Amino acid sequence: METQKKSFLSVRDLKVTYQSLGKTVHAVNGVSFDIAEGETLGLVGETGAGKTSTAKAILRVLPDVGAKIEGGEVFLEGEDLLKLSEKNMRNVRGNMISMIFQDPMSALNPVQTIVEQVAEPIRFHNQISAAEATSRAIKMLETVGITADRVHEFPHQFSGGMRQRAVIAIALACEPKLLLADEPTTALDVTIQAQVLDLIKELREQLNTSMLLITHDLGVIGEVCDNVAVIYAGQVVEYGSKVDIYDYTAHPYTIGLFASLPDLEKTVDRLTPIEGLPPDPTNLPTGCMFHPRCPYATEECRKNRMELREVAPGHYSRCIRNGKEG
Amino acid sequence: MALVEVKNLKKYFDTPRGMVHAVDDVSFKIEAGTTMGVVGESGCGKSTLGRTMIHLIESSDGQLLFDGKDVTSVKGSELRQFREQVQFIFQDPFSSLNPRKTIWETVVEPLALSGRFKKDELEKEANRLMDLVGVEQRLRLSYPHELDGGRRQRVGIARALALNPKFIVCDEPVSALDVSIQAQVLNLLMDLQDEYGIAYMFITHNLSVVRHISDNICVMYLGQLVEQASVEALFANQLHPYTKALMSAVPTVNIHKKRERIVLKGELMSPINPKPGCRFAPRCAYATEACRQPQTLQEVEPGHFVSCCRVKEINNLP
Repeated sequence: METQKKSFLSVRDLKVTYQSLGKTVHAVNGVSFDIAEGETLGLVGETGAGKTSTAKAILRVLPDVGAKIEGGEVFLEGEDLLKLSEKNMRNVRGNMISMIFQDPMSALNPVQTIVEQVAEPIRFHNQISAAEATSRAIKMLETVGITADRVHEFPHQFSGGMRQRAVIAIALACEPKLLLADEPTTALDVTIQAQVLDLIKELREQLNTSMLLITHDLGVIGEVCDNVAVIYAGQVVEYGSKVDIYDYTAHPYTIGLFASLPDLEKTVDRLTPIEGLPPDPTNLPTGCMFHPRCPYATEECRKNRMELREVAPGHYSRCIRNGKEG
Repeated sequence: MALVEVKNLKKYFDTPRGMVHAVDDVSFKIEAGTTMGVVGESGCGKSTLGRTMIHLIESSDGQLLFDGKDVTSVKGSELRQFREQVQFIFQDPFSSLNPRKTIWETVVEPLALSGRFKKDELEKEANRLMDLVGVEQRLRLSYPHELDGGRRQRVGIARALALNPKFIVCDEPVSALDVSIQAQVLNLLMDLQDEYGIAYMFITHNLSVVRHISDNICVMYLGQLVEQASVEALFANQLHPYTKALMSAVPTVNIHKKRERIVLKGELMSPINPKPGCRFAPRCAYATEACRQPQTLQEVEPGHFVSCCRVKEINNLP
């Protein structure tokens, strides 16, 4: 079982808020999860659910103005990253933990060549010469499928798929132990997405990297992840192994997500959307965050905040209905 | 008779680096009240095709027939008449609405411009449209930035429906929306088709969505049609090597089914001054010398068209 593996990253009760136009935006409202060594956790949710804020809080790269980590702990191999000094944190970023951003064009520096951008973290984290860093960077770029004759080009000369490969090369340059991948293939076409997903899987095996994969695409999660956390309104509402989530879906929100998806493999007459909209993060509902859209909501759901409950070993759901069918 | 028919449609763009063959010799028909799905990846010319079909941009060559009439080079009042019958729903509901107009003004504008309605009828008709697409009356005086993406897309749909068009080109109408909202908008579009018999051309890169909404499907690659069939035929049996690869590359939620994935090598070649011959050949596992010759769309099975000279060998067809 997963539980026997040492927990490598452990996020506990993480809370993030933003100040916007005099209002407090409650983006992340007590997120907890664990990732074991070499494991990939998928974090799935819709726009505004708090996926990216969670990743940025782990790496402590939230905007200086307006954003605040209100509470919680982020343990990496037992050490709380939220308590590190900024100087020590800088040794973690790009070295222990790296991040792949969604949009490869805006993640790259347009006036630096690709190889310079890959060499930069290598030089920063290792005491080596520029020439040595460059040769390591070229090797890294070859690993992701960019040939040596193209490494001295600029980002605008690359296609979308190649740019994302370059971003992956930068993230993996120092062989980090944890990779935060924020929608790494969302901006790509499906045939290129297939190439990049294969690459990510291959490198993950080679380097035994743990990964937090953030996406709204349940298909991508199914393809790459070991465990899955479903996030809604800044809270994990369901958490378990891939099989738990896909075959024994417990939470009404997750059930709604699957029902909303058109199926590639069969024809359905009509989709069943989740009614209504995600809650306004400046004005969260009372009780269960999902109750205004939930077909099963009862009086109790409107009154009390729900806790994550274990519905089967290792499978958690934030709902009072758990285990009850119907 | 088909409602819309394009014959050998071409759209080339003259650029400093050469001629971009965005749409190259595309032909198909759309029957009234049906949906033609157009799938393909970025840069395959699907949006250009959609825009050319309703005269948002002019074609370079070929013929466009609407309701049996040649509308390839209509101008002036004829063009205006044509445009009352065809509409467009844009991908991005954030940039396709005028930010300085209220929702009410946005919906009423096409009605007022048409001259079909008296002042008191306008009000009634606009209300009817807003109810039809499910935009609440309380949002009449709101501006687009105050609405979420799903509601904005509904306003775009209300505008497109205003003059009872027979044909709507939908260019990635749900791509910018979250899945739960996407399902709401897809259901709305299908209900409207059932009620008013509108024909859609539905452009998307999402194969699950296209399967859900379409009757027939065109698969495009670099400006050319590579495969065309009914939705059942295409999903049961893909005949073109590109369609096979495209279909196999989509990650699905079925985690137990082991599918054989065809990972394509390389990327799209440039659409600038392409060489004659199959444009997919550089990435195709089956490519031979014969693929350097220009390819034609041939009917391989009844109603199933494929543009590949090796289609029979590859699929073991007689």
